[in-house]
Amino acid sequence: MIKVNKGSDSAILSVGAYRAPRLVSNEEIVSKIDSSDEWIRQRTGIETRRFADENVDVIDMAEVAAREAIERAGITADQIDTVIFASITYPLQTPSAATGLIARLGNYKAAAMDLGAACAGFTYGIGLGSDLIRGGTSKYVLVVGSEKFTDFLNLEDRATAFIFADGAGAVVIGPATEPGIGPTVWGSDADSRDAIWMNPSWLEFKNNPNAPWPYIAQEGQKVFRWAVFSISKIGKAAIEASGLKPEDLKAFIPHQANLRIIETMAKDMKLPESVVIADDIRETGNTSAASIPLAMDSLLKTHPELHGGLALIIGYGAGLVYAGQVIKLPPKPAATSK
Amino acid sequence: MALSQDAVLSGIKEIVEEVAGIPAASVEMGKNFTEDLDVDSLSMVEVVVAAEERFGVKIPDDQVAGLATVGDAVNFIVKASN
Repeated sequence: MIKVNKGSDSAILSVGAYRAPRLVSNEEIVSKIDSSDEWIRQRTGIETRRFADENVDVIDMAEVAAREAIERAGITADQIDTVIFASITYPLQTPSAATGLIARLGNYKAAAMDLGAACAGFTYGIGLGSDLIRGGTSKYVLVVGSEKFTDFLNLEDRATAFIFADGAGAVVIGPATEPGIGPTVWGSDADSRDAIWMNPSWLEFKNNPNAPWPYIAQEGQKVFRWAVFSISKIGKAAIEASGLKPEDLKAFIPHQANLRIIETMAKDMKLPESVVIADDIRETGNTSAASIPLAMDSLLKTHPELHGGLALIIGYGAGLVYAGQVIKLPPKPAATSK
Repeated sequence: MALSQDAVLSGIKEIVEEVAGIPAASVEMGKNFTEDLDVDSLSMVEVVVAAEERFGVKIPDDQVAGLATVGDAVNFIVKASN
Protein backbone atom coordinates (compact mmCIF):
# COMPACT_ATOMS: atom_id res chain seq x y z
CA MET A 1 0.00 0.00 0.00
CA ILE A 2 1.25 3.46 -0.82
CA LYS A 3 2.10 5.61 2.19
CA VAL A 4 0.45 9.04 2.10
CA ASN A 5 1.01 12.33 3.90
CA LYS A 6 -1.27 13.59 6.60
CA GLY A 7 -1.75 17.32 6.75
CA SER A 8 -3.24 19.73 9.23
CA ASP A 9 -5.82 22.47 9.28
CA SER A 10 -4.74 25.60 7.43
CA ALA A 11 -5.06 29.34 7.93
CA ILE A 12 -3.91 32.62 6.43
CA LEU A 13 -1.08 33.73 8.72
CA SER A 14 -0.37 37.16 7.23
CA VAL A 15 -0.89 39.53 4.33
CA GLY A 16 1.53 41.88 2.57
CA ALA A 17 1.07 44.53 -0.10
CA TYR A 18 2.83 46.52 -2.76
CA ARG A 19 1.10 49.73 -3.81
CA ALA A 20 2.54 51.38 -6.87
CA PRO A 21 3.82 54.87 -6.11
CA ARG A 22 2.05 56.93 -8.77
CA LEU A 23 -1.51 57.90 -7.93
CA VAL A 24 -3.44 58.52 -11.16
CA SER A 25 -6.59 60.62 -11.09
CA ASN A 26 -9.73 60.19 -13.19
CA GLU A 27 -8.93 63.59 -14.72
CA GLU A 28 -5.68 62.20 -16.13
CA ILE A 29 -7.46 59.14 -17.55
CA VAL A 30 -10.25 61.13 -19.24
CA SER A 31 -7.72 63.24 -21.11
CA LYS A 32 -7.49 60.32 -23.57
CA ILE A 33 -11.07 58.97 -23.59
CA ASP A 34 -14.55 60.42 -23.92
CA SER A 35 -15.60 60.18 -20.27
CA SER A 36 -15.63 62.19 -17.06
CA ASP A 37 -14.58 61.93 -13.44
CA GLU A 38 -18.26 61.86 -12.42
CA TRP A 39 -19.14 59.10 -14.91
CA ILE A 40 -16.24 56.90 -13.76
CA ARG A 41 -17.06 57.38 -10.06
CA GLN A 42 -20.76 56.70 -10.63
CA ARG A 43 -20.25 53.53 -12.72
CA THR A 44 -17.26 52.02 -10.95
CA GLY A 45 -16.58 53.82 -7.66
CA ILE A 46 -13.00 54.42 -8.79
CA GLU A 47 -11.58 57.77 -7.66
CA THR A 48 -7.90 57.07 -8.26
CA ARG A 49 -5.72 54.13 -9.28
CA ARG A 50 -2.01 53.38 -9.02
CA PHE A 51 0.40 52.86 -11.91
CA ALA A 52 3.83 51.29 -11.48
CA ASP A 53 7.01 52.78 -12.90
CA GLU A 54 7.95 51.63 -16.38
CA ASN A 55 10.99 49.62 -15.27
CA VAL A 56 9.09 47.74 -12.54
CA ASP A 57 7.64 44.30 -13.34
CA VAL A 58 5.26 41.88 -11.64
CA ILE A 59 8.14 40.06 -9.91
CA ASP A 60 9.48 43.33 -8.45
CA MET A 61 6.05 44.16 -7.04
CA ALA A 62 5.46 40.59 -5.83
CA GLU A 63 8.78 40.56 -4.01
CA VAL A 64 7.84 43.57 -1.87
CA ALA A 65 4.42 42.12 -1.01
CA ALA A 66 5.89 38.66 -0.34
CA ARG A 67 8.65 39.92 1.95
CA GLU A 68 6.10 41.88 3.98
CA ALA A 69 3.79 38.86 4.27
CA ILE A 70 6.67 36.56 5.27
CA GLU A 71 7.89 38.99 7.93
CA ARG A 72 4.40 39.47 9.32
CA ALA A 73 3.93 35.68 9.47
CA GLY A 74 6.94 35.51 11.76
CA ILE A 75 8.78 33.03 9.52
CA THR A 76 11.73 33.29 7.15
CA ALA A 77 11.70 33.06 3.36
CA ASP A 78 13.46 29.69 3.40
CA GLN A 79 10.55 28.17 5.33
CA ILE A 80 8.23 28.75 2.37
CA ASP A 81 8.02 25.40 0.55
CA THR A 82 5.43 26.31 -2.10
CA VAL A 83 4.76 29.44 -4.13
CA ILE A 84 1.61 30.01 -6.17
CA PHE A 85 1.93 33.10 -8.36
CA ALA A 86 -1.33 34.41 -9.83
CA SER A 87 -0.97 36.88 -12.69
CA ILE A 88 -2.15 37.51 -16.24
CA THR A 89 0.26 40.34 -16.96
CA TYR A 90 3.64 38.61 -16.66
CA PRO A 91 5.00 38.93 -20.20
CA LEU A 92 7.28 35.87 -20.27
CA GLN A 93 5.88 32.51 -21.29
CA THR A 94 8.78 30.81 -19.51
CA PRO A 95 10.47 30.59 -17.04
CA SER A 96 7.67 31.31 -14.61
CA ALA A 97 7.18 34.41 -12.49
CA ALA A 98 7.00 32.10 -9.47
CA THR A 99 10.56 30.85 -9.95
CA GLY A 100 11.65 34.45 -10.52
CA LEU A 101 10.15 35.31 -7.16
CA ILE A 102 11.73 32.46 -5.19
CA ALA A 103 15.12 33.34 -6.68
CA ARG A 104 14.67 36.91 -5.44
CA LEU A 105 13.73 35.62 -2.02
CA GLY A 106 16.90 33.51 -1.95
CA ASN A 107 14.81 30.37 -1.62
CA TYR A 108 15.75 28.46 -4.74
CA LYS A 109 14.23 25.10 -3.80
CA ALA A 110 10.54 25.79 -3.10
CA ALA A 111 7.93 24.33 -5.42
CA ALA A 112 6.83 27.23 -7.60
CA MET A 113 4.14 27.68 -10.22
CA ASP A 114 2.19 30.37 -12.04
CA LEU A 115 -1.57 30.30 -11.99
CA GLY A 116 -3.73 31.80 -14.74
CA ALA A 117 -7.20 32.43 -13.39
CA ALA A 118 -7.30 36.18 -14.02
CA CYS A 119 -9.19 38.11 -11.35
CA ALA A 120 -10.02 34.82 -9.60
CA GLY A 121 -6.33 33.89 -9.45
CA PHE A 122 -5.90 34.81 -5.80
CA THR A 123 -8.85 32.79 -4.50
CA TYR A 124 -7.94 29.88 -6.78
CA GLY A 125 -4.51 30.06 -5.13
CA ILE A 126 -6.00 30.17 -1.63
CA GLY A 127 -8.05 27.04 -2.36
CA LEU A 128 -5.05 25.17 -3.79
CA GLY A 129 -2.65 26.33 -1.08
CA SER A 130 -5.01 25.40 1.72
CA ASP A 131 -5.60 21.93 0.28
CA LEU A 132 -1.85 21.38 -0.17
CA ILE A 133 -1.44 21.96 3.56
CA ARG A 134 -4.48 19.89 4.45
CA GLY A 135 -3.11 17.08 2.29
CA GLY A 136 0.32 17.25 3.91
CA THR A 137 2.14 18.20 0.70
CA SER A 138 3.15 21.68 1.88
CA LYS A 139 3.65 23.45 5.20
CA TYR A 140 3.98 27.13 4.29
CA VAL A 141 2.45 28.29 1.02
CA LEU A 142 3.00 31.79 -0.34
CA VAL A 143 0.09 32.89 -2.54
CA VAL A 144 0.85 36.02 -4.54
CA GLY A 145 -1.27 38.08 -6.91
CA SER A 146 0.72 40.61 -8.92
CA GLU A 147 -0.38 42.58 -11.95
CA LYS A 148 1.12 45.27 -14.10
CA PHE A 149 -1.88 46.14 -16.19
CA THR A 150 -0.31 49.26 -17.63
CA ASP A 151 1.74 47.00 -19.95
CA PHE A 152 -1.50 45.63 -21.46
CA LEU A 153 -3.88 48.56 -20.99
CA ASN A 154 -5.05 50.60 -23.95
CA LEU A 155 -5.40 54.06 -22.43
CA GLU A 156 -7.58 55.05 -25.39
CA ASP A 157 -10.08 52.22 -24.85
CA ARG A 158 -13.18 53.66 -23.21
CA ALA A 159 -14.16 50.21 -21.88
CA THR A 160 -11.00 49.49 -19.87
CA ALA A 161 -8.74 52.56 -19.53
CA PHE A 162 -10.29 53.77 -16.27
CA ILE A 163 -10.64 50.35 -14.63
CA PHE A 164 -7.35 48.47 -14.50
CA ALA A 165 -4.25 49.29 -12.49
CA ASP A 166 -1.00 47.93 -11.04
CA GLY A 167 -0.16 46.36 -7.68
CA ALA A 168 0.65 43.19 -5.78
CA GLY A 169 -0.55 41.40 -2.68
CA ALA A 170 0.57 38.23 -0.93
CA VAL A 171 -0.45 35.96 1.91
CA VAL A 172 1.30 33.17 3.76
CA ILE A 173 -0.87 30.13 4.41
CA GLY A 174 0.36 27.77 7.10
CA PRO A 175 -0.68 25.05 9.54
CA ALA A 176 -3.32 25.87 12.13
CA THR A 177 -4.94 24.19 15.13
CA GLU A 178 -8.44 24.77 13.74
CA PRO A 179 -9.80 25.46 10.23
CA GLY A 180 -8.99 28.98 9.06
CA ILE A 181 -9.99 28.51 5.41
CA GLY A 182 -13.38 27.10 4.50
CA PRO A 183 -14.20 24.90 1.49
CA THR A 184 -13.54 26.49 -1.90
CA VAL A 185 -16.58 26.95 -4.11
CA TRP A 186 -15.22 27.37 -7.60
CA GLY A 187 -15.86 26.79 -11.26
CA SER A 188 -16.20 28.40 -14.67
CA ASP A 189 -18.75 29.81 -17.08
CA ALA A 190 -16.69 29.11 -20.17
CA ASP A 191 -19.54 29.93 -22.55
CA SER A 192 -18.64 33.56 -21.81
CA ARG A 193 -14.95 33.34 -22.75
CA ASP A 194 -15.54 36.32 -25.03
CA ALA A 195 -16.48 38.71 -22.20
CA ILE A 196 -12.84 39.53 -21.29
CA TRP A 197 -10.01 38.74 -23.68
CA MET A 198 -6.58 39.67 -25.01
CA ASN A 199 -6.63 41.17 -28.47
CA PRO A 200 -4.80 40.44 -30.71
CA SER A 201 -3.05 37.19 -29.78
CA TRP A 202 0.74 37.03 -29.62
CA LEU A 203 0.79 35.13 -32.93
CA GLU A 204 -1.38 37.70 -34.67
CA PHE A 205 0.88 40.40 -33.30
CA LYS A 206 3.94 38.55 -34.59
CA ASN A 207 2.52 37.77 -38.03
CA ASN A 208 0.68 40.97 -38.83
CA PRO A 209 2.86 44.09 -38.97
CA ASN A 210 -0.26 46.25 -38.64
CA ALA A 211 -1.60 44.50 -35.56
CA PRO A 212 -1.68 46.61 -32.42
CA TRP A 213 -0.01 45.54 -29.19
CA PRO A 214 -2.04 42.81 -27.41
CA TYR A 215 -4.30 44.66 -25.02
CA ILE A 216 -6.77 43.32 -22.46
CA ALA A 217 -10.31 44.12 -23.57
CA GLN A 218 -13.69 43.51 -22.00
CA GLU A 219 -17.41 43.89 -22.51
CA GLY A 220 -18.21 45.72 -19.32
CA GLN A 221 -21.96 45.24 -19.26
CA LYS A 222 -21.69 41.53 -20.01
CA VAL A 223 -19.25 41.10 -17.12
CA PHE A 224 -21.44 43.24 -14.86
CA ARG A 225 -24.48 41.14 -15.65
CA TRP A 226 -22.63 37.89 -15.01
CA ALA A 227 -21.14 39.15 -11.77
CA VAL A 228 -24.42 40.50 -10.46
CA PHE A 229 -26.34 37.38 -11.46
CA SER A 230 -23.91 34.59 -10.67
CA ILE A 231 -21.30 35.60 -8.17
CA SER A 232 -23.54 36.44 -5.23
CA LYS A 233 -24.83 32.85 -5.53
CA ILE A 234 -21.23 31.63 -5.23
CA GLY A 235 -20.80 33.78 -2.15
CA LYS A 236 -23.91 32.29 -0.57
CA ALA A 237 -22.69 28.79 -1.44
CA ALA A 238 -19.27 29.47 0.12
CA ILE A 239 -20.88 30.67 3.35
CA GLU A 240 -23.13 27.63 3.43
CA ALA A 241 -20.27 25.23 2.63
CA SER A 242 -18.47 26.58 5.70
CA GLY A 243 -21.46 25.83 7.89
CA LEU A 244 -21.94 29.54 8.57
CA LYS A 245 -24.54 32.25 8.10
CA PRO A 246 -24.09 35.78 6.67
CA GLU A 247 -24.39 37.22 10.20
CA ASP A 248 -21.32 35.21 11.28
CA LEU A 249 -19.13 37.28 8.94
CA LYS A 250 -17.18 40.32 10.00
CA ALA A 251 -16.02 41.36 6.53
CA PHE A 252 -16.69 40.89 2.83
CA ILE A 253 -13.60 41.19 0.61
CA PRO A 254 -14.56 40.45 -2.99
CA HIS A 255 -12.38 41.05 -6.04
CA GLN A 256 -12.35 44.81 -6.52
CA ALA A 257 -13.81 44.91 -10.02
CA ASN A 258 -16.41 47.60 -9.64
CA LEU A 259 -18.01 49.13 -6.54
CA ARG A 260 -21.47 48.78 -8.07
CA ILE A 261 -20.94 45.02 -8.45
CA ILE A 262 -19.64 44.77 -4.88
CA GLU A 263 -22.62 46.66 -3.42
CA THR A 264 -25.12 44.70 -5.49
CA MET A 265 -23.59 41.38 -4.41
CA ALA A 266 -23.67 42.42 -0.75
CA LYS A 267 -27.34 43.37 -1.12
CA ASP A 268 -28.20 40.16 -2.94
CA MET A 269 -26.44 37.99 -0.35
CA LYS A 270 -28.34 39.89 2.38
CA LEU A 271 -25.17 40.64 4.30
CA PRO A 272 -26.04 42.43 7.55
CA GLU A 273 -24.94 46.05 7.91
CA SER A 274 -22.43 44.97 10.54
CA VAL A 275 -20.33 43.26 7.82
CA VAL A 276 -17.52 45.61 6.74
CA ILE A 277 -17.28 45.72 2.95
CA ALA A 278 -13.87 46.25 1.35
CA ASP A 279 -13.86 49.18 -1.08
CA ASP A 280 -10.16 49.53 -1.88
CA ILE A 281 -11.17 49.92 -5.53
CA ARG A 282 -11.94 53.59 -4.80
CA GLU A 283 -8.26 54.34 -4.38
CA THR A 284 -6.53 51.42 -6.10
CA GLY A 285 -8.65 50.56 -9.17
CA ASN A 286 -9.00 46.98 -10.39
CA THR A 287 -5.71 45.12 -9.95
CA SER A 288 -7.08 41.68 -10.96
CA ALA A 289 -5.30 38.89 -9.03
CA ALA A 290 -3.80 41.43 -6.61
CA SER A 291 -7.05 43.13 -5.65
CA ILE A 292 -8.22 40.86 -2.80
CA PRO A 293 -4.96 40.80 -0.80
CA LEU A 294 -4.55 44.55 -1.40
CA ALA A 295 -8.09 45.15 -0.18
CA MET A 296 -7.48 42.82 2.79
CA ASP A 297 -4.34 44.71 3.75
CA SER A 298 -6.10 48.04 3.45
CA LEU A 299 -9.12 46.88 5.44
CA LEU A 300 -6.98 45.54 8.29
CA LYS A 301 -5.21 48.90 8.50
CA THR A 302 -8.43 50.90 8.73
CA HIS A 303 -10.26 48.26 10.82
CA PRO A 304 -7.66 46.57 13.04
CA GLU A 305 -10.48 44.99 15.04
CA LEU A 306 -11.09 42.67 12.06
CA HIS A 307 -7.84 40.73 12.63
CA GLY A 308 -8.86 37.13 13.31
CA GLY A 309 -12.45 37.75 12.19
CA LEU A 310 -14.33 35.76 9.55
CA ALA A 311 -14.43 37.16 6.03
CA LEU A 312 -15.93 36.04 2.73
CA ILE A 313 -13.53 36.38 -0.20
CA ILE A 314 -14.58 35.86 -3.83
CA GLY A 315 -12.58 36.22 -7.02
CA TYR A 316 -14.18 36.28 -10.47
CA GLY A 317 -12.91 37.22 -13.89
CA ALA A 318 -11.83 36.33 -17.41
CA GLY A 319 -12.67 32.82 -18.51
CA LEU A 320 -15.12 33.37 -16.99
CA VAL A 321 -13.93 31.77 -13.74
CA TYR A 322 -14.71 32.18 -10.07
CA ALA A 323 -13.69 30.92 -6.64
CA GLY A 324 -14.76 31.89 -3.14
CA GLN A 325 -14.24 30.81 0.42
CA VAL A 326 -14.80 31.96 3.99
CA ILE A 327 -11.52 32.64 5.75
CA LYS A 328 -10.34 33.75 9.14
CA LEU A 329 -8.47 37.02 8.61
CA PRO A 330 -4.81 36.88 9.70
CA PRO A 331 -3.96 37.82 13.28
CA LYS A 332 -2.33 41.12 14.11
CA PRO A 333 1.38 40.83 13.30
CA ALA A 334 3.86 40.82 16.17
CA ALA A 335 4.92 44.28 17.40
CA THR A 336 8.25 44.13 15.58
CA SER A 337 6.47 43.88 12.24
CA LYS A 338 5.08 46.73 10.20
CA MET B 1 -47.66 30.20 -18.23
CA ALA B 2 -48.41 33.55 -19.82
CA LEU B 3 -48.18 36.50 -17.48
CA SER B 4 -50.63 39.39 -17.53
CA GLN B 5 -49.48 42.87 -18.39
CA ASP B 6 -50.72 44.15 -15.02
CA ALA B 7 -48.78 41.53 -13.10
CA VAL B 8 -45.56 42.26 -14.98
CA LEU B 9 -45.95 46.04 -14.64
CA SER B 10 -46.51 45.66 -10.92
CA GLY B 11 -43.37 43.52 -10.63
CA ILE B 12 -41.30 45.95 -12.71
CA LYS B 13 -42.42 48.84 -10.48
CA GLU B 14 -41.13 47.01 -7.43
CA ILE B 15 -37.86 46.06 -9.10
CA VAL B 16 -37.13 49.59 -10.32
CA GLU B 17 -37.89 50.99 -6.87
CA GLU B 18 -35.62 48.40 -5.26
CA VAL B 19 -32.75 48.78 -7.75
CA ALA B 20 -32.79 52.48 -8.53
CA GLY B 21 -34.71 53.96 -5.61
CA ILE B 22 -37.41 55.40 -7.88
CA PRO B 23 -40.91 55.48 -6.33
CA ALA B 24 -43.02 52.67 -7.82
CA ALA B 25 -45.87 55.11 -8.53
CA SER B 26 -43.78 57.01 -11.08
CA VAL B 27 -42.86 53.86 -13.03
CA GLU B 28 -45.49 53.95 -15.80
CA MET B 29 -45.79 52.19 -19.16
CA GLY B 30 -44.85 55.27 -21.21
CA LYS B 31 -41.81 56.27 -19.13
CA ASN B 32 -38.36 56.01 -20.71
CA PHE B 33 -35.92 54.28 -18.34
CA THR B 34 -32.97 56.57 -19.11
CA GLU B 35 -34.61 59.91 -19.87
CA ASP B 36 -37.62 59.91 -17.53
CA LEU B 37 -36.55 57.62 -14.69
CA ASP B 38 -32.79 58.31 -14.70
CA VAL B 39 -31.95 54.58 -14.72
CA ASP B 40 -28.36 54.30 -15.97
CA SER B 41 -27.05 51.41 -18.09
CA LEU B 42 -25.72 49.40 -15.15
CA SER B 43 -28.93 49.83 -13.15
CA MET B 44 -30.75 48.69 -16.28
CA VAL B 45 -28.69 45.49 -16.22
CA GLU B 46 -29.71 44.97 -12.60
CA VAL B 47 -33.38 45.54 -13.50
CA VAL B 48 -33.09 43.00 -16.33
CA VAL B 49 -31.40 40.38 -14.15
CA ALA B 50 -33.99 40.86 -11.39
CA ALA B 51 -36.83 40.64 -13.93
CA GLU B 52 -35.41 37.43 -15.40
CA GLU B 53 -35.29 35.84 -11.97
CA ARG B 54 -38.74 37.05 -10.96
CA PHE B 55 -40.61 36.21 -14.13
CA GLY B 56 -38.60 33.16 -15.22
CA VAL B 57 -37.84 34.58 -18.67
CA LYS B 58 -34.60 35.18 -20.60
CA ILE B 59 -33.80 38.69 -21.81
CA PRO B 60 -30.72 38.38 -24.09
CA ASP B 61 -28.01 41.07 -23.97
CA ASP B 62 -28.74 42.17 -27.53
CA GLN B 63 -32.39 42.79 -26.65
CA VAL B 64 -31.75 44.97 -23.60
CA ALA B 65 -30.82 48.07 -25.63
CA GLY B 66 -34.22 47.87 -27.35
CA LEU B 67 -36.11 48.12 -24.07
CA ALA B 68 -36.28 51.90 -23.94
CA THR B 69 -39.52 52.30 -22.02
CA VAL B 70 -41.20 50.50 -19.15
CA GLY B 71 -43.85 49.42 -21.67
CA ASP B 72 -41.18 47.89 -23.93
CA ALA B 73 -39.90 45.81 -21.02
CA VAL B 74 -43.36 44.77 -19.85
CA ASN B 75 -44.46 43.73 -23.34
CA PHE B 76 -41.20 41.84 -23.95
CA ILE B 77 -41.62 39.87 -20.71
CA VAL B 78 -45.31 39.13 -21.35
CA LYS B 79 -44.44 37.85 -24.84
CA ALA B 80 -41.46 35.83 -23.57
CA SER B 81 -43.64 34.17 -20.94
CA ASN B 82 -45.99 32.79 -23.58
